[in-house]
Amino acid sequence: MENAIEVNNVTMRFNLSKEKVDTLKEYFIRIARGRLKVDEFLALQNITFSLEKGTVLGIVGLNGSGKSTLLKIISRILKPTKGTVKTFGTISPLIELGAGFDADLTARENIFLNGAVLGHSHAVMKIHFDEIIAFSELSEFVDVPIKNFSSGMIARLGFSIATITKPDILILDEILAVGDFLFQKKCEERIKSMIDGGTTVLIVSHSIEQIERLCDNVMWLEKGQIKLLGNTRAVCNAYRKLETQTEEMN
Amino acid sequence: MLKDNMQVFKKYKSLLNDLVTRDFKVKYRRSALGFLWSILNPLLMMIVITSVFQTLFRFEIENFPVYYLSGSLIYNFFSEATSSALTSVVNASALIKKVYIPKYIFPLEKVLFSCINMLFSFTSVIIIIIILKAKVYWTIILIPIPMIYITAFCVGIGLILATFQVFFRDVGHLYSVLLTAWFYLTPIIYPVDILPANILGLVKLNPVYYFVDYARQLILYGTLPDLHINLICLAFSSSFLLLGLIIFKHRQDSFILYI
Repeated sequence: MENAIEVNNVTMRFNLSKEKVDTLKEYFIRIARGRLKVDEFLALQNITFSLEKGTVLGIVGLNGSGKSTLLKIISRILKPTKGTVKTFGTISPLIELGAGFDADLTARENIFLNGAVLGHSHAVMKIHFDEIIAFSELSEFVDVPIKNFSSGMIARLGFSIATITKPDILILDEILAVGDFLFQKKCEERIKSMIDGGTTVLIVSHSIEQIERLCDNVMWLEKGQIKLLGNTRAVCNAYRKLETQTEEMN
Repeated sequence: MLKDNMQVFKKYKSLLNDLVTRDFKVKYRRSALGFLWSILNPLLMMIVITSVFQTLFRFEIENFPVYYLSGSLIYNFFSEATSSALTSVVNASALIKKVYIPKYIFPLEKVLFSCINMLFSFTSVIIIIIILKAKVYWTIILIPIPMIYITAFCVGIGLILATFQVFFRDVGHLYSVLLTAWFYLTPIIYPVDILPANILGLVKLNPVYYFVDYARQLILYGTLPDLHINLICLAFSSSFLLLGLIIFKHRQDSFILYI
């Protein structure tokens, strides 16, 4: 089976800017005083894994374990300090909903802008326009500026746009947490139909039930390293054990 | 590698288009005269400057309004394009942090937007020439040439400034002071020959001087710019464009950590 994503020995180091050096003046003063050191934070260490085409990988872990950082590296938003990432096919990242939404523009204008941000031409967005509006149930609000939308409306619109053109790889970072149960159900159905169509999905979620419903395999990240990587049931059970252990301790 | 870059650019051509349209809408939204201001503003400025400088300083310049307008057309584009490109990456932080976008698109878009405004302002030059019944030379149709030279130049400068602004937020302040000095080092409101020898040396090092001179030759004097000035303009625009691309590409992976 072919791979959709290959992550090889990825490490990500951040500078904790405890003291801001963001002006020329500050910079030269610090050079003069020899105090240009920075504190470092290792967000990810030696992450290696591959994802086969058409499979669904869930990523779980406590807050701060490096999940979002890993997704951003795979989406090529961040460049890793060490290591390589190879992806095969188009990527639709949903790191935050409404990337590229301009609050002053209407929903209609934002559909084209957001589509362009994801690399789709006007012509393509025009073809899918009605479908997008229908899925997000926003037909009354097409010409209303986005700044007047509720967060749920923005979530629906963003998800709709990002999933309308079938990407080869879909990356979802905790965005399904927003939205009521009807929205969640709709999203999962669409994700399922995309999976049936051969899309590879990478999903971060804090809802173990959702992970169990959607994923073939699960990766558990702890403090920037892979603690467990295997089939859904095994890893989810282990993760659940952590939850009950913590409750018992309290 | 060039082929890959071209493919990426084609994919994001739509976005470039959308960003320019968005800037356009924002600039002229709710303004009564809309884009006519791009034409009206240079004309009004010209009236003010001409009145001041023809009463206060008696320069021996034939047809001062056209002299001033042809110079300020080029200079104002340079000033506006580079200043808006400077903050373009920092202002696009929301986008850059959430989705992969070729980052050079942001300074590029600002320069292109200013270019469009320059084209509108160019019509004010035509209007003034007609009103003053000055001579219209055939060479004026060659005006796209210096425009291309200075656009490439501005893209290069814009890329450099945008890069520095990410890491050092006071570059913007310094640049506006630099622009003021730059304005006076370019013969827009005064003729070149009144300059003392040492200042003249400095002006001859100013790239914008050559672009302005090129445009003025086409519009005001009706002469065909010789090989010498063409080579100088080409050298300045291509070298700064190349320098800008190198600096930008070298640093762009760190942008996200600082915006």
